[in-house]
Amino acid sequence: MDPTYKAVSEFAQTWGLVYFTVIFITVLLYALWPSRKQQFDEAARIPLRED
Amino acid sequence: MANALAPQKQMTFGEGGLVLTFIALAALCIVIAAKAYTPEYAFHAYLFTAASIAAVFAIINRYYDRPAERAPLTIDGKPNYNMGPVKFATVAAMFWGIAGFTVGLIIALQLAFPALNFDLQWISFGRLRPLHTSAVIFAFGGNVLLATSFYVVQRTSRARLAGDLAPWFVILGYNFFILIAGTGYLLGITQGKEYAEPEWYSDLWLTVVWVTYLLVFLATLWRRTEPHIYVANWFYLAFIVTIAVLHLGNNATVPVSIFSSKSYIVWSGVQDAMVQWWYGHNAVGFFLTAGFLAIMYYFIPKRAERPVYSYRLSIIHFWALIFLYIWAGPHHLHYTALPDWAQTLGMTFSIMLWMPSWGGMINGIMTLSGAWDKLRTDPVLRLMVVSVAFYGMSTFEGPMMSIKIVNSLSHYTDWTIGHVHSGALGWVAYISFGAIYCLVPWLWNRPLYSLKLVNWHFWVSTVGIVLYITAMWVSGILQGLMWRAYTSLGFLEYSFVETVEAMHPFYVIRALGGFLFLCGALIMVWNLWKTVNSAEKAETAGLALAPAE
Repeated sequence: MDPTYKAVSEFAQTWGLVYFTVIFITVLLYALWPSRKQQFDEAARIPLRED
Repeated sequence: MANALAPQKQMTFGEGGLVLTFIALAALCIVIAAKAYTPEYAFHAYLFTAASIAAVFAIINRYYDRPAERAPLTIDGKPNYNMGPVKFATVAAMFWGIAGFTVGLIIALQLAFPALNFDLQWISFGRLRPLHTSAVIFAFGGNVLLATSFYVVQRTSRARLAGDLAPWFVILGYNFFILIAGTGYLLGITQGKEYAEPEWYSDLWLTVVWVTYLLVFLATLWRRTEPHIYVANWFYLAFIVTIAVLHLGNNATVPVSIFSSKSYIVWSGVQDAMVQWWYGHNAVGFFLTAGFLAIMYYFIPKRAERPVYSYRLSIIHFWALIFLYIWAGPHHLHYTALPDWAQTLGMTFSIMLWMPSWGGMINGIMTLSGAWDKLRTDPVLRLMVVSVAFYGMSTFEGPMMSIKIVNSLSHYTDWTIGHVHSGALGWVAYISFGAIYCLVPWLWNRPLYSLKLVNWHFWVSTVGIVLYITAMWVSGILQGLMWRAYTSLGFLEYSFVETVEAMHPFYVIRALGGFLFLCGALIMVWNLWKTVNSAEKAETAGLALAPAE
């Protein structure tokens, strides 16, 4: 087995998990942070507020 | 119009530069046409020449017709939206839609009755099939995405579309790409890669068009007066950026010669297969999903007159979807030379896609909460909500089919075709129809001719879809089971031609379903035609009664 291939696949299989978990948690925190509720509620009305 | 007080008219840098570029391109293409290895390629070079010359004339004519000053960004404090390119793309979408559905019906009939190939190479199944897929996905779907993205980004940014000639270059250049790709298939010019059939020179042209598209979109966002970038624009942006990356990655080819249409890809073997399906599946994920989700996030709230169910869910939906989709491609290569771990990875990511897909579906459908009665009275809204339901259904089916053990039965069978069409007809086409039924009255400032006809369109094509997908489910599973049936002595129980024979009734039912779907679309064209034209007499009344803006 080619050692580079093995190293790359192992890297992808372990750090990939960390990478995705961190991104997902960041997105959850950003979207659900209580102080942003009002901002997002307003953003949702953008299509309806047109001239 | 321009009068004596207007400043002196000057050609802009863009106009002059484009004229010179197109003159140079026309000259280059004449040389290529003269020295081309094959007549088919020479034909394409002549098409490029003709289009370049037409572009030069169009730009110069437009220069003489236009006022000296550029169109203002705002009029009386309101954005001066540029809807010309949007109108063109809307009409082009309907034109290509009818063409693509018709070719689909023809090839469905060819499968049921092979004599319909007429032994002519140009209209054989192998050449018409990519014509059908490209016409419906890239020509119909692509023009819908161009039209809606240029509309939505202007309205939700409250800013005029960036660029003067650039939006027109994007729309016309894209449709010229479609023309080159489509005629190429009929003449036998193909890379032989599914959904990436166009050869190197069309790919190069599309790259220029697509980068311009990205720049127009970004520059319009840049000049927005609305501080927040609405979620639909995020989805459009993900669609544009990812398609650019996929297109470049999967078309890294070296042409045999500038005088030849043939090229070779730099990847080889299983690497090429992997890149192809990374491309192929993300064409589904970002072209047919992200782009049309953008349509969902704008047009459903707009039509239902309610804000999206949860804006926060839409943010989670967006990031989860784009980060997961990009890894799902290997499920197209189960049980092949692709390393096992990569197959499992593709399968795992496909299953995880259930969550963002259904999050988005719930978000779209629940936007109607408190307004469900509109489903009964507004067939346009019903089209869009049913499309989201189909989205939920096919994004449930897709991950299930990506599971290796299920895939061992479903792969290479008609089940895949059924799955694709529940997504393509049910989701992509229905959300597009819904958006176009909204757009045409808004753009032409006339009331929709008939809601009753929309209702007919809805029911005729829904029956068509149901016939289509149920026929393909049954035939696909039958086919898969027949392929894997062994006798007690260990021989295959059925010869291949026996499985083909068994498919015949389902192929006929499928063609009937496709015929009904085409009929629905023709009803739509008639309805839109009457909306745009017959309303001319009722224009003043219509304007006085219901100003669309």
